Amino acid sequence: MCRDCGCSLGPSAARAPFATQPAAASHGHVESIEVITAILDANDQVAAHNRSHFDAHGVLAVNLMSSPGSGKTSLLEATIRALQGELDVAVIEGDLATENDAARIRACGVPAVQITTGNACHLDAQMVHEALHELPLAGLDVLFIENVGNLVCPASFDLGAHLDVTLLSVTEGDDKPAKYPVMFRAGDLTLITKVDLLPHIEEFSVERARESLRHVGFGGRILEVSKRGGDGLAAWLDWLRSEVASRRAAAA
Amino acid sequence: MHELAVCQALIEQVERIAREQGARRVLSITVSVGALSGTEARLLEHAYPIAAAGTVGAEAALVVESVPVTVRCRECRAETEVAPNRLLCGACSDWHVDVVAGEELLLRRVEFETAGAAIH
Repeated sequence: MCRDCGCSLGPSAARAPFATQPAAASHGHVESIEVITAILDANDQVAAHNRSHFDAHGVLAVNLMSSPGSGKTSLLEATIRALQGELDVAVIEGDLATENDAARIRACGVPAVQITTGNACHLDAQMVHEALHELPLAGLDVLFIENVGNLVCPASFDLGAHLDVTLLSVTEGDDKPAKYPVMFRAGDLTLITKVDLLPHIEEFSVERARESLRHVGFGGRILEVSKRGGDGLAAWLDWLRSEVASRRAAAA
Repeated sequence: MHELAVCQALIEQVERIAREQGARRVLSITVSVGALSGTEARLLEHAYPIAAAGTVGAEAALVVESVPVTVRCRECRAETEVAPNRLLCGACSDWHVDVVAGEELLLRRVEFETAGAAIH
């Protein structure tokens, strides 16, 4: 039993009944049944449950996805420092094997729960649900979920976050969206990170990256950020503030 | 490779259906896998026997229906089949399109053998 909400989601989540249509065709002792069910239906139900948890606490949940090394944890560190005293933030960290990222986040003075996935290449809604049991949501403004560094698998699993943010660092190449269309298409916001390195990386064209995103059907906003130098994070922080404000307005 | 996790979710659904239907064993499972679902049909087929081992679906054939991406253009209304990383209208090349097929990851059909019916 989930002690936060009294739901029946334990380590193996309870499933709602399937919408099966027993219009079965019978062939002697062999029968068949037509069903139209999302294979990841059970995950989607836990995700919806997580989302209602976030809504009940007025917390904006943001899922960060990217390849390894594109700057998710660095972005979070810089974001937490910039928003200190303004927004209350917590982080769920997904990683295959280490607690390193959660330790970095805790060093910034905010709560962090590490999910070590073992061999799993992605977070799923159940892992997030279990992490929520270690993380009081009361009083929080934003919960970041840092997914496992991987541009393929995390795209298929709804975690219950309100917004998906995908990072694309300029060291990765401007054709990444064309190579990983499912991931980039799914996002609400794409951050082109490490733009302070652009003068040194002539192969990367921000314009080509934008075109590649358009070709995979990405319809969200594209922001260029850098944790180094001046106001490299300003656009991202403004976007975050406005999303927190609309979440509050929706909850009120 | 998240296809193993997808197969495990699939097997849980199949086991439930088998229980509800009184199936002795499952003969075949048909799934639809869209090109934009993020799941690879070939990897799904490789992962299936691992997820199904020791279950009612252990001997079942996994039938994967691959669904290509189809977009409908908001400008010229044409419906065309396109590559997953090129969601542009195949007729007029406009990028204002809606995906009408290719995102699905669905269990469609389960064929099974019932214990009672074996008396026939």
